[in-house]
Amino acid sequence: MEGRDLAGEKFRKFPHTNAANPCLLRCFYQCVCGKVKAHPLQLCRRYSTAGDSGSTAGKIVAASLLTVGGGLGGTILYAKWDPKFRANVEKSVPYSDQLFEMALGPPPPPLVTLQKKPGKIEPLQISSLSEASKESKQPKAKAKKSDPAPVEAPAAVEEAPAPTPQTLKDEECKDHHEPVLKERPAEEVTARLAQQDKAEQDALAALTAGLEESLGSTAKTTLQAIGAQEAALTAIAAHTNKLKEAMDSQTPPDEKSSQWKALNEALSERTRAMEEAEEALLKAKGELENLSGVINSSKQSKINTARPQILAAEENLHSMIVDLDKVVTKVQTAQTEAKIVSQYSELVNEAKAQFQQELANITPEIQANWKRLSGKLSADDLNSLIAHAHRRIDQLNRELAEQRVREQIHIEVALEQQKLEDQKALERAVVSALEHSREDMRLEQEKKAQEVREVMEAEMRTQLRRQAAAHTDHLRDVLKVQEQELREEAQEILNSKMMEQETHYRRLTQEQLDTFTLDMNAAYARLKGIEEAIDSHVIAEEEARKAHQLWLSVEALNYTLKSAGADFPTEPLEGAVGVIKENCAGNEFAQALATAIPEESLSRGIYSEASLRARFFDIRRLARRVALIDETRNSLYQYFLSYLQSVLLFEREQVAPPAKLAPEDLDTFKLLAYANYSIERGDLELAAKFVNQLRGESQRVAQDWLKEARLTLETKQVISLLSAYANAVGLGTTQAP
Amino acid sequence: MSEKELGQKWDRCLADCAVKFGTGLGLGIVFSVVFFKRRTWPIVFGTGLGLGMAYSNCQNDLRSRYVLHSKYFSFEQK
Repeated sequence: MEGRDLAGEKFRKFPHTNAANPCLLRCFYQCVCGKVKAHPLQLCRRYSTAGDSGSTAGKIVAASLLTVGGGLGGTILYAKWDPKFRANVEKSVPYSDQLFEMALGPPPPPLVTLQKKPGKIEPLQISSLSEASKESKQPKAKAKKSDPAPVEAPAAVEEAPAPTPQTLKDEECKDHHEPVLKERPAEEVTARLAQQDKAEQDALAALTAGLEESLGSTAKTTLQAIGAQEAALTAIAAHTNKLKEAMDSQTPPDEKSSQWKALNEALSERTRAMEEAEEALLKAKGELENLSGVINSSKQSKINTARPQILAAEENLHSMIVDLDKVVTKVQTAQTEAKIVSQYSELVNEAKAQFQQELANITPEIQANWKRLSGKLSADDLNSLIAHAHRRIDQLNRELAEQRVREQIHIEVALEQQKLEDQKALERAVVSALEHSREDMRLEQEKKAQEVREVMEAEMRTQLRRQAAAHTDHLRDVLKVQEQELREEAQEILNSKMMEQETHYRRLTQEQLDTFTLDMNAAYARLKGIEEAIDSHVIAEEEARKAHQLWLSVEALNYTLKSAGADFPTEPLEGAVGVIKENCAGNEFAQALATAIPEESLSRGIYSEASLRARFFDIRRLARRVALIDETRNSLYQYFLSYLQSVLLFEREQVAPPAKLAPEDLDTFKLLAYANYSIERGDLELAAKFVNQLRGESQRVAQDWLKEARLTLETKQVISLLSAYANAVGLGTTQAP
Repeated sequence: MSEKELGQKWDRCLADCAVKFGTGLGLGIVFSVVFFKRRTWPIVFGTGLGLGMAYSNCQNDLRSRYVLHSKYFSFEQK
């Protein structure tokens, strides 16, 4: 067992011990411990048990590791599945959040809170903005191509009524995306709105520009056309008039040629004008078609505020069409008239041509000058002409008669023709009038619709404005309240901060003042203290000097005491005492002490204790010898007896004196023994006291010695007092370093 | 010195004793020779006288301190 303990000790003390050398160490231990017991079997058993315990320990370690790992893995997996659990664990266990982040990634965002928030104001604003942006986006999305609206958010809101049901539906859709959209910042929304507005404006501007352009061009062309038509009309009229004039007038032939020239000119003018009118009409028609196309396309864009423009354009178009049609009809009537007249003139011309032909047949050289009916005709020609004319007139009269006869039929035919034509014209006119009226109606309807729309829009606007006003009022109120609150808060904070700062400042100033006052006081006190210290120091120095001097003189006195020899006294202490007296002139105590020194010591000096001691022996012997002698017994015989007594009396030389003297202690021999004891112990005073108790002859014998002892003692006492005093004063005046 | 006083006294005493003894002896011898036919008793007597006187002197000397001295004072009432 001890071997086992040893082994255990070994294991404890040398854990890194190579277990392969147990015997060596065991031997070492045994040598160290002094126990020589060999238990190798037990040692081996120990090892084997250690081996087993090692495997079981390994098993235990493995099992615990497994448990811990399983626990961690399970926790992580469950945290992955249940975020609440994860949050709980993160809250309770300190560094678990880092572990989870490492293992699972960042925790999922808390979705729950956002869905509760729409009741608040702030997100409401954003949501309203987003809604507004949504609403504005809806028409934007549809009218993105071409239509700028010169509007901002209110206009975007204004557009709401048109696509309101749609936007409502879309809002419902959008509400599901509210959390996503809500997070769009207001700047983005306003940017988008601004962008949309800009786009709208651009589109509108483009549209307007296009419209205006087309309108302008159309108007120009139409005006041109109308002008041309009117010019044509006037030309036609002029031509017709001229023609009529030419036909019906009785002008002289030179003027006739000019007339014909003018007629030709007018004709050419007319044709030109007609052509121009035709061209212009075509152009105008083209432009009008263009315009109508543009208007249709712009109508398709469905921007409401462009509607008046569109309407105006349409009206313009319509008016232009109407004007154009009117002018065209006028031109057409003029044309028909002109046609009639031209027919007539054609007939006439035909006749004339015929006539001319005939004339030409008759007079071939005037053919070229048909047009210029100026007076280049000769009389023959004229005659032939006249003859031809007469013939023609006859012919024509016959034809006229025939015509008169066929007039009715012709008239009927013409009437029917006219009726047909009238009907056609009527139809055409009706059709065009219908069209125009339809157009008018449509335009009116559109105008009305536009007005109604405008009214509605105005109403809607007012309602929305009211709503917006209410909203702004509400916002204003809320803002006001918030502002108030914030202001109050800020004011409070400001006040508190100000108070704090003030108190702080006051405290600081007070502290400063206090510290300053303190410093000043301290400085003043220190100054005073320093002054006092210096003064007292001076005084103390003075005192110290005096004390030192006193002490020195006392030391000198002490030194003079040492000058006592064996049998002769010291030097007279006069000098030293005089010095002392000089040195402590102001010190009463020292003066008193100095004067208290007995005269004898001053003049003669004192004996040293050693000499007194030596003398005491003699005294003692003598006193013992005359112990019996006193007033009553003083004969020689008594002397002899006392001598005998002193010889025969054996006693201790030195006896310790008792604390109290009893009457039986007043025996000479005892007293002398006590005195001897005392003086041997250096207590001169006690010895003197005992010696003082001697009576009789002993007393007389010891008288001088006692006197000397007294003197010495006195002087010594005074000197010791002085020295003590000097020391005390010196101590008092010395300052500790 | 008071302690020397005793010694001095004893010295005196002895000296005195010696003197007196001598003197007494001498006178005794003289008287015995002269007057008393060389008897011894005057020598002894003289010696004794001398010693006695010395003894007495010595004693007186030694006692001198303790002897009370009185003085008569007469007060004269004037």
